[in-house]
Amino acid sequence: MIKTIKIALVGNPNTGKTSLFNQLTGLNQKVGNYPGITVDKKQGTCHLSEHLKAVITDLPGTYSINPTSADEDIVYKTLVNEKNPDFPDVVVVVAEVENLKRNLFLFSQIKDLGIPTVLAINMADQMQRKGITIDVASLEKDLNTKVVLVSARKKTGIEELKTILKDYDTLSTQSLADISQRIDGNFFVKIKEALPQFSTYKSWLLITQLAEADFITDQERETLLSFKKKKEKIKKFQHKEAIFRYQVINEILKKNYVINRSEGSDLRGKLDRILTHRIFGYVIFALILVIIFQSVFAWASIPMEWIDTAFAQLANYTQQQLTTGRFTDLLVEGVIPGVGGVLIFVPQIAILFLFVAILEETGYMSRVVFLMDKIMRRYGMSGKSVIPLVSGTACAIPAIMSSRNIESWRERLITILVVPFTTCSARIPVYAILIALIIPDKHYFGIFNLQGLTLLALYVLGFVAAISSAYLLNKVLKIKNKSFFIIELPNYKIPSPKNIGITVLEKTKAFVLGAGKIILAISIVLWFLASHGGSDFTNAEETIQLENSGKSLSVSELNKKIASYKLAHSYIGKIGKTIEPVIKPLGYDWKVGIALISSFAAREVFVGTLATIYSVEDKGNNSATIKQRMQSEVDSVTGKKRFDFATGMSLLLFYAFAMQCMGTLAIVKRETRSWKWPILQLTGMGSLAYIVALLAFQMLK
Amino acid sequence: MGLSIASLQVGERGIICDVALDKIPLKLLEMGCLPGKEVELLQKAPLKDPLYIRVNGSHLAIRVETASQIAISKLQ
Repeated sequence: MIKTIKIALVGNPNTGKTSLFNQLTGLNQKVGNYPGITVDKKQGTCHLSEHLKAVITDLPGTYSINPTSADEDIVYKTLVNEKNPDFPDVVVVVAEVENLKRNLFLFSQIKDLGIPTVLAINMADQMQRKGITIDVASLEKDLNTKVVLVSARKKTGIEELKTILKDYDTLSTQSLADISQRIDGNFFVKIKEALPQFSTYKSWLLITQLAEADFITDQERETLLSFKKKKEKIKKFQHKEAIFRYQVINEILKKNYVINRSEGSDLRGKLDRILTHRIFGYVIFALILVIIFQSVFAWASIPMEWIDTAFAQLANYTQQQLTTGRFTDLLVEGVIPGVGGVLIFVPQIAILFLFVAILEETGYMSRVVFLMDKIMRRYGMSGKSVIPLVSGTACAIPAIMSSRNIESWRERLITILVVPFTTCSARIPVYAILIALIIPDKHYFGIFNLQGLTLLALYVLGFVAAISSAYLLNKVLKIKNKSFFIIELPNYKIPSPKNIGITVLEKTKAFVLGAGKIILAISIVLWFLASHGGSDFTNAEETIQLENSGKSLSVSELNKKIASYKLAHSYIGKIGKTIEPVIKPLGYDWKVGIALISSFAAREVFVGTLATIYSVEDKGNNSATIKQRMQSEVDSVTGKKRFDFATGMSLLLFYAFAMQCMGTLAIVKRETRSWKWPILQLTGMGSLAYIVALLAFQMLK
Repeated sequence: MGLSIASLQVGERGIICDVALDKIPLKLLEMGCLPGKEVELLQKAPLKDPLYIRVNGSHLAIRVETASQIAISKLQ
């Protein structure tokens, strides 16, 4: 019989907690979601002995159990609520050897909850270099638990930790820093009497977070409510609590922890002076951005082509293997292109995640935040908004999720609202084909290609749109929110390839599964709308055959005509014709209208839809055929080219500004917990796109 | 108000003597920004804000707005 226990890993950010998690679980891990919110939940398993298996949860990094963000809220709710499915049998607090004091603050809070808590001091391999000595045996006595020195990188101490965890039930559950006497004896004694089932500290936490406590009984809530204090009083108590905890910790460390500062080197100071220099700091950051964008496009193009070809072949193969019918159509025209449409972005997104992960692991990202905060604040954002804005150039969905560590709700909301303006990779195929159609392939001074410059201009436009709308939102949004900002500037580290690899893998997987579901669902709906229609649609073949009975057309030409006719009379064709009066002033006809509507699944669908509409076989990435077809498309009324400069520019600008991405809207709804903001994005960005495209077409035509 | 962290020059140190509780996030207190602790201004961001400080063994960046709510006495 194998027994399973639950272990939670808790610790400050940058303590190597995730490295330790990776060492303990190897690749036996999976990332899930906490219900209702999009915080990654990382769990893995590990065998402690023949009869004991552990399910380990890697909780988000936090400095304290008092939550100030969605991530930290998870830690709080996991540890305070015994009925939580992840409530641990034993907690491992992962601390970093250099800043043990601050790490022990969190440790003391968790210990006071009465949960068996082990202290794992990570990065122990650097003790000698940093001149640190720790008396582990004495520390164990003072903390009243087991302490183990580990190095997740050098893989030392892991087995020892496992042995300790095996005997988790022998660990003391006594509190470390009994807050009751030191803050207000009377108050806490009464709490203990009223709620003997909770530890004093747990009751205190519940009182401070009462609005969030949805897991206690009504009676318990009633009792806790009677102890509710004014906000100022609570803050005063929390202040006293913090002072008291550090007193206890300092007493303990004085005896057991010695640091000889002179032995440390000042690499951090030297690097900081260069990387946050008032000129070099920005130059270096700009260079890094250029390298990232260059790589995202240069490296990703080859695998993207493979994926594209592979899915085209898969669709062909499926068509050949299966008998013709509705199900085959659904597979070949709906599901396979839908899945392919998601996977095609994986290379770009993975490369971007790779860079972001490296920048974060090395500690450089927090320097960028430090460097950019004042500038971003002018636009109502935070230095921490830089990360979402950079990630947004791959895909807005993960970018919006990465805004979670912005403390101020106002700054975070503005960031979320403007991120979709940045030029995401789904806009690239649309830009590519339109630029090829309307911008001449000319070179200036040998190096500047006019088409490339146009693409660059569109990127700049997206960024300018993001910044200016942030500026505007900052002026109009009536949200009063204390803006506060704290960021730790961790030590510089050489990133571990294993950690980076796992991070990139997980984030990419989360994107494929999360965004993929939505994009796939919409592709299927669009397929249905495009392949069904009224009686005109059903009788398409007869109608066309009748019309062309006199002419000698080849079978494939005839089939193309039938497909074209079918689309025009399908449900989506009807929708396209219905909206035609609205989009006519922008220079579009009903066919472009269909492409616009289907782009709501994902922008890049535009190209594929036009390909179908113009009854051209979309052969892989060989856009020449679509391009030629689009070039020869003529306006039936004026007889002019359909995709002339005016229409092309109007479309480019429409795609630059419009919020055509259901996936992003869904994420914004989840992150802001309201329909208000995604609807504002949809209508606001949509109107802007419409107006700009209208002006462009009317002025250029 | 007298001296605060915001009045330090780069490289100068001080001892925290008082924090304006209603204006300081709890997180900062919990990270050890408490009366009696030594604080050093390591750097200012290029636009003079935020400030890069060392306090209680932590290296943190905070905005001037927050720093000015933490009273100190200067160390020579």
